[in-house]
Order: sequence, then C-alpha cells, then structure tokens
Amino acid sequence: MPSILRKLIGLVVFLLLWEAASRSGLVQATYVPPPSVVLVKFAGLFGNPQFLTDVVSTLLSWVIALGLATLIGVPLGLLLGGVRLLRTVSSTIVEFLRPLPSVALIPLVISVLGSGAQTKIALATFAALWPVLFNTIYALHEVDPQLVDTARSFRVSRLRRLTGVTLPSIAPFVLTGVRFSASVALIVLVSTEFLTGGTIGLGQFVYTWGSSAGRMDMVLAGTVFAGLFGYLVNIGFVAAQRRWLVWAPAGGAM
Amino acid sequence: MTENMLEVTGLGHVYRAKEQTHTAFGDISFAVDRGEIVCIVGPSGCGKSTLLRCLSGLLRPTSGTVSLHGTEVTEVPDELAMVFQDYSRSLFPWRTVAGNIEFPLRGRELSKAQRRERVEEALSWVGLSGAATKYPWQLSGGMQQRVAIARALAYRPMLMLMDEPFASVDAQTRAELEDLVLQVRAEHEMTVLLVTHDVDESVYLGDRVLVLSKSPASVVETLSVDLPAPRDQIGTRGAEEFVRLRTEVAQRIRNTAPTS
Repeated sequence: MPSILRKLIGLVVFLLLWEAASRSGLVQATYVPPPSVVLVKFAGLFGNPQFLTDVVSTLLSWVIALGLATLIGVPLGLLLGGVRLLRTVSSTIVEFLRPLPSVALIPLVISVLGSGAQTKIALATFAALWPVLFNTIYALHEVDPQLVDTARSFRVSRLRRLTGVTLPSIAPFVLTGVRFSASVALIVLVSTEFLTGGTIGLGQFVYTWGSSAGRMDMVLAGTVFAGLFGYLVNIGFVAAQRRWLVWAPAGGAM
Repeated sequence: MTENMLEVTGLGHVYRAKEQTHTAFGDISFAVDRGEIVCIVGPSGCGKSTLLRCLSGLLRPTSGTVSLHGTEVTEVPDELAMVFQDYSRSLFPWRTVAGNIEFPLRGRELSKAQRRERVEEALSWVGLSGAATKYPWQLSGGMQQRVAIARALAYRPMLMLMDEPFASVDAQTRAELEDLVLQVRAEHEMTVLLVTHDVDESVYLGDRVLVLSKSPASVVETLSVDLPAPRDQIGTRGAEEFVRLRTEVAQRIRNTAPTS
C-alpha cells in the first residue's frame, strides 16, 4: 500500500469518529457540527468575499511578519553568536523578552501603533523572531572549525568565509527555525485578530461567526482552513530542505 | 636546486586554559629544502597537528619562528596549501567537487575560464575528471581525499602541508594516494611536508624523516632516506635499505615513548 494512503488512514478514522460523535448526539451538533457539514461550509468559504478579504489580510501579514523575523533574526543571531561581548551584554534582556506572551502585549502595541494591520504584524514578528534568532546563534557554534580552518588555510577573506562557509553551514538550522516561526507567526496573527475588535483577518472571521452568530459550522470551517494552511506551509519547508539542503542531516535545533 | 625553503627555529607552543598549561611541543628546529618531501613521525599525542597549524600560520606559536623563503610567517602565507586528515570535514558538502576546488581560487587573480581550466587540470591529475559535478558525500573516502589533494594542487602552492592525510582510508587507497603524492612532487616540483603516524609510510614517501619525541616534543632524529626513485609499493618496500630504515625509525619512536 502506498505510504500516502497509509498516512490518510488516521485522518479518515478521525473524521469518522467525529461524524459518529456528532450524529449520535454524544456531543451536541450545534456546538460540534459533523465534518460532513463543516467540509461543505469549508468549500463554500472560497466563494465568500468577506472570508477571502480576511484570508488575504492574514496571509499577507503572515508573509511580512515571517520575512521581518528572518531579516532581523539571522543578522542579529550572527552578531550575538559571533561577538561574545554583545552576547553577554544582551543575555539578560533577551532572556526577559523571550518568554513574554505576545498576546499580553496587545494593549501596549495597540496604544502605540493603533489597531491596523501593523499591530498584528509587529506582534507576530516579535513572537516569530525567537526561533530564528536562537537557531542562528546555536548554528553558529556548530559550524565545523575544520571547515573554517580549511578556508583560512587558502587565505579566504573574512567576508567570503561568512558568505561561503558560515552562511551555508548554518542554513539548515536557520531553515528549521524559520519553519517553526512560520507556525508561531500564524498563531499570534489569528489570536491578535481574534482579540482585537473591528479588524479584518481570519481570527476576526472566527470571532464574528462564533461569538455573535454562534455558527460553529463556520468557525470550524475557518479553523480547517488555518490548519490546512499551516500543514501545507510545513510540507513546503520540508520540501525546500530536501531540495536545497540535501547535504545536511535533517533537523536542527528547536 | 637545494635552497632552504622553510626554516623552523626553536618553535614551541603552550596551550593555556585557566590554571592549566599544556606544552604541545617545546623546542623544534628543522629546515626543508625546495622540492623535498619531509615526513614527520612521532608518538601519538606529541603535538604533530599543532605543529602543522603553527607552520601554516593558522596558529601563532608561543615561542620560536617559522620562515618561508626568509620571511617570517605571521599569517597564512600565499604559497601554501594544506590537506587535512579528515576529508569529510574539510570539503564543503554544499559545493560540488568542482566547486570545492574552485572556491579557494576565487581569491586569486584568475578569470573564470582560467579557474575552470585549473579545476579540470587538477581533476585529471588525481584521476577524477568524471566526478566534477558530483557532491563530496557521493564519493568514497579515498575519492574525497583525492578531491582535497586536487584542491590543494589547483591552488599551485610551493609548499603542501599534509596532516595525516591517509589515516582514514583503507590500505589499498592509501597506497594509491601515496603514489599520487610522489607523482605530483615529480611532475610539479612541489615541496611536501607530511605528518604521519605510520612509520612505513614516512620512509616510503620521505626524502627525509624527522622523528619527534613524546610531548613536549622536539626533533630527536633526522634520517635521510636514500632509496632510489621512482619508488614502488612492492619493490621499494621489499628493499633491504627500506627495512633497515623503517626499523631505525620505529626504534627511535619506541625509545622516545613513555615507559609504561
């Protein structure tokens, strides 16, 4: 049996159990509608202009936040990982900032940036920064000194050692960090949209249908979309790793 | 054509870590002539690798001097190339075989066409012309070490430093690579300084063999190897003189090893 079919068995069993639980009245169908209903609603979402606006807003913000987190996290990681003094000086503040839940920062960020898309982008960037940053720092310590020595023995300049030896060496770890950040960013975006009234986005879509309309079928349809998106992104990252970083053992930190 | 190429005077290196110090070697002096193959042997842990790192300018020695063509080595000199023992950690896995050989050449004033020519030439010298577009991890260990040697050759160094280059390959490959070094020296007038722990190898390859004492090491013996060229894996190794020399080297190493 092809492995793709075997992988689908778990999903099918899950959907059947859900369907049975909902149909038999084990759970109230108003709160947890069966998948047959949810999936039909899900298909219908793509003809729903409000939903499409929300999705575009969330996905665009996601791309921006993840891009910013990578553009900030990698150079910052190189600096903190490469310069001992900077690492020592920054360690307290980094360890203080890292565990802060982004969602708790919503009121503060709204009062500074307003309630537009910039707020959720800022919060998602903040949350997505850490996996990229820490994986970069970690990867820098894992760069094989023998490779660096080899480059030095051929008088390769500092700059070309950075671009030609260090960056390729850390790439697998950084990609793993970005992959992790991708789901963190999505979670923070949807949460922020959910908790911030009068915005657009997938989180607001779920909030509106859930809290004011009590339409759990629409809520679950939106949730299925978010889940499916996260799943496809992850597959994309794994494929990118296989395609461009064949030489590296899979995985990395985090 | 004898001319002092490399001169090492009173070289010593001490590692300091917090309150502990470890003397890798204390006082090493020797010279290498142009075109020579000099092999350095010694008991394990006598600081041979540290010595090569100091000679190559990768590491500043704590005492003594290294001069190449009369100029003191304070950074990695231009005319030098190194081949490390662990080929799998000295080839860049994200570059192809050709990419690995070309990488050091980009710092030199060569056009793209010239670089490509050198890569092709070096690959043909080591018999790997067909592997240019492969990745190092797709090759066997012996082939990978050939790539590392080709990379050093393409760089056109005057002096090639080799740190136990054949310690991680099987016996058959080892013999092939040893002959490759001899052939390269003959065809390209290269000077080679090779560190090994294999007594037979040092005699087979060397014009001279330097025997180091146990740590902190110094040169306890310099033997001239008067075996006829070209050397031959079977003929040379069976010669009476070869057996006499290898016994002498082995004895010197045993006498210097810690009595336990």
